[in-house]
Amino acid sequence: MIASLRTPRGLVTALLLLVLAVLPLLTQAFDQRYLLSIGTRIVIWAIAAISLNMILGYGGLVSFGHAVFFGIGGYAVGILSHHGVQSGSVQWPVGIVAAALWAALIGALSLRTRGLYFIMITLAFAQLVYYVSAGLEAYGADDGLNISRSRFPGLIDLRDKASFYWLCFALLGGTLWFCSRFAISRFGLVIRGAKSNDLRMTALGFPVFRYRLAAFTLSGAFGGLAGILLANEGAYISPAMMSWVKSGDLIVIVVLGGMGTLFGPLYGTIAFFVLEESLPPLLDLGRKGWGEYWQIVFGPMLVLIALYAKGGIDSLFGRRHG
Amino acid sequence: MDYLLLQVLNGVQLGLLMFLLAAGLTLTFGIMDLVNLAHGSLYMMGAYIAWTLIGWTDSFMLGALLALPATFLLGVAVEALVMRRLYARDHLDQVLATFGLILFFNELVRAVWGPAGKSIAVPGFLARTVEILPGVPYPAYRFAIIVAGAAVAALLAWLVARTRLGMLIRAGASNRRMIGALGVNIELLFTLVFGLGAVFAGLAGLMAAPLSSVKIGMGDDILIVAFVIIVIGGIGSIKGAFVAAMVVGQIDIVGRAFLPDFLKTFLSTSAASSAAPAISQVLIYIVMAGVLVWRPTGLFGQRS
Amino acid sequence: MNGKLLGAATIAALVVGLQPASAQAPIKIGFISTFSGPQAAIGEDMRRSVELAKEHLGGKMGGKPFEIVYEDDQFKPDVGKQKSEKLVQQDKVNVVAGYIWSNVLLASLKTVTDEGDTILISANAGPSQIAGELCNKNFFSTSWQNDQTPMAMGEYLNTKGVKSLYLMGPNYAAGKDMLAGVRRTYKGKLIGEDFTKWPDQLDFSAELAKIAAAKPEGIFIFYPGAHGVQFVKQWAQSGLNKTVPLYQVFSIDAITLPQQGELALGTLGAQEWVNDLPNEQNKRYVADFKKKHGVYPSYYGAQSYDAIMLIASAAEALKGDLSSKDKVRAELKKANFKSLRGGFKYNTNNFPIENFYIQETVKDPQGVMTVKTIATAVKDAKDSYYEKCPMK
Repeated sequence: MIASLRTPRGLVTALLLLVLAVLPLLTQAFDQRYLLSIGTRIVIWAIAAISLNMILGYGGLVSFGHAVFFGIGGYAVGILSHHGVQSGSVQWPVGIVAAALWAALIGALSLRTRGLYFIMITLAFAQLVYYVSAGLEAYGADDGLNISRSRFPGLIDLRDKASFYWLCFALLGGTLWFCSRFAISRFGLVIRGAKSNDLRMTALGFPVFRYRLAAFTLSGAFGGLAGILLANEGAYISPAMMSWVKSGDLIVIVVLGGMGTLFGPLYGTIAFFVLEESLPPLLDLGRKGWGEYWQIVFGPMLVLIALYAKGGIDSLFGRRHG
Repeated sequence: MDYLLLQVLNGVQLGLLMFLLAAGLTLTFGIMDLVNLAHGSLYMMGAYIAWTLIGWTDSFMLGALLALPATFLLGVAVEALVMRRLYARDHLDQVLATFGLILFFNELVRAVWGPAGKSIAVPGFLARTVEILPGVPYPAYRFAIIVAGAAVAALLAWLVARTRLGMLIRAGASNRRMIGALGVNIELLFTLVFGLGAVFAGLAGLMAAPLSSVKIGMGDDILIVAFVIIVIGGIGSIKGAFVAAMVVGQIDIVGRAFLPDFLKTFLSTSAASSAAPAISQVLIYIVMAGVLVWRPTGLFGQRS
Repeated sequence: MNGKLLGAATIAALVVGLQPASAQAPIKIGFISTFSGPQAAIGEDMRRSVELAKEHLGGKMGGKPFEIVYEDDQFKPDVGKQKSEKLVQQDKVNVVAGYIWSNVLLASLKTVTDEGDTILISANAGPSQIAGELCNKNFFSTSWQNDQTPMAMGEYLNTKGVKSLYLMGPNYAAGKDMLAGVRRTYKGKLIGEDFTKWPDQLDFSAELAKIAAAKPEGIFIFYPGAHGVQFVKQWAQSGLNKTVPLYQVFSIDAITLPQQGELALGTLGAQEWVNDLPNEQNKRYVADFKKKHGVYPSYYGAQSYDAIMLIASAAEALKGDLSSKDKVRAELKKANFKSLRGGFKYNTNNFPIENFYIQETVKDPQGVMTVKTIATAVKDAKDSYYEKCPMK
């Protein structure tokens, strides 16, 4: 799965995974509780980024509404919790299935379109869900809703930050494993082939639309999982979870990390969060007060990456072997 | 009846503002095949530049008029520095780069004009009401927006139908490669079109400012509605953008003026007030989906 | 290639890791308010008042120096919640204060008071839930409960004989509380009620047209800050200012008046603090604020000043040692400080029991727009939710 530890890519990735695996112990030792919260969010966003990578990175489908799955997973948990259904073993499957169903629905409609229209229609469907949740008075509308965390009696207490983190980390591992299988499976190869040339794939006899729809649905399911975790992380849901800016952030993360690579989304997520936390103090070092305007640097960085560094962080490790 | 007329006029006013924003967007999409997420930033810059100029000249009209060429120059600069390099790229690159531009512009505005936002006052001579019909007062400023917006729309229609530039625009929207082959200076055309779009966006921004506020990110959410409008109208079609903008304006007003009262008959007041604006937004997206099912390239879009 | 990456990663890790160690020496107070966007003026007024309090205290509480960490909620509940978490977990503040907006406060409450077990002092927002079932021993208010101010206005409108009223407010937690408050005490006819989209809707033309058609004897509004500026302007522009008087809470104040100007003359509002309250500390506060900043302070500022003074009183009693949270809470509850309102005492749910006054918008002798107390609406008012609070 991982490239040999002798390659730079393999070494760095293994190190990252190791640090992530023991993060709660590290933050405990250095009394940096806040870093564990950030770490948890990184892991959750990485899961969402991997799910987007499946269709964007491997499939070339520019879906601009992926944050909607954060919202569907999160609201499924939140609404059920609000109505007294606290059990995670009920909430979580409902959330994942709801996200998958929505993905299947909008996939069926959107995948018939191409280019600009596809981007717009995925964005529009995300906005639709956003506005529906912003209109639901009963669940807080724009103000959002405080919820209790999912209960898994006897198994795990999600209120314990370390336990919750490890659960997220384990799920990240599972998602990575799934993605690695996907990438080399026949299914994945069809998706990847269709990215380069879908006419050719169709000529070869593959029903490209159906394959893409399936990939879209899976991608939505994992996105929903990330949403469920996000809702539990903050014990709070709000329409802001699925704002289109977040969808844009996810695209940035996937490209930044390296599209169509296994660990690219992870690199991208870490880089994104690290940049967000470290650019301000770095700029402040240059001159006090500049740190506030870090996006003046980050914005053009994105432009440059789009123009000159499409390979992302993964490409920094040099060519892949095999 | 009067109330209905007032609300329809409000819808027309909103629709015209949205048309101004959407017109530039549909042109850059149609002719340059460019996804420009930063179009909302041009809307915002128009308002901020106008605020500064109005402050310097101490006159709304003068400041607003001067803001137009300023926004044009800004558009040209953005085109030359960034957009030009994106024409040949795929849509993902364009999304990424223009997303980065949004962040940059928002932060730039914060650095130059401060985080608090600004306000532009309705000019004195328009801070009153006009009688549309005897006994029916309507805010003069909004009426001025309708007049100005309609005038610009007419000007654009004339431009597109009767001038050489307009002909090139229409040709470019149908078949980009052909106009290059015909020996037209493509670079200049693209720069002009982008600049024109920037002026319209900036004009919409500065006209909208006295009704709401001049703040960081003011164009970002309204941009999405502009995208929906051009998808409904058909990418590349000015006429489509106009029709779609008018429809969207009316849907929005219905949602704000009539829907709450209707919903209050079976929902609590605050639940009705939460649901109403959401429903009208959702309606806009449903209309878009419906149009795309019926006509995949929009109402007046080119069948490719 | 990977050398560069490793270098960048090291720098990033160092920078992220270089967080200040938990404050042993100075007392740290976190302050959350809105410092960007159209409502930034309110945050600025609060910050100025907090800094003035610091100045008046000589930078020390109970003998220990103290510092304020300001964070911007950007007017959004989810951002406010995140920043609250940062203040509690990363900056490790002793107290979190501020909170203009009820929705931001509600989103952030548990993060501070439960997960963070940190004291939260609201210097403005007063949602009914926190006065009632969500009441919390870690929560203290130096403002009011949202319903109270409009209730006072409702009482006053009864005495004034206003027979019919149209209500308007924004559709979020505070807006709902405010309109509910008027409905609770006003005995005349409620002709209509409109909630507008918060915070996006700054265009009230549709609703004003409805009001013109309904012809009430008065409009009651709650539109804080920038929204109040827009509303008053549009109310005047539509011509309604000549036919329907405006009664308001939190919509016309020292922050909005510079922009509303003479359009607001003669309007009536209710409030628990006015700049002309005749006690020593208030006179000093208003005079010093005016001298420093050239404008009158608002109640947002006054409430923030009181919050700092409240914390200082606890620090005084504990000689600067805030390590025992139980002791701090006990001292805060005693509220043994000189409030800008005069007297100050807490109800069982940690909301103040206080007077409410009616103000009229006037021009001061120098021609500056301000508000002046014309009546006391209610005395020693308690909110309507304290009985739902389990704390006794």
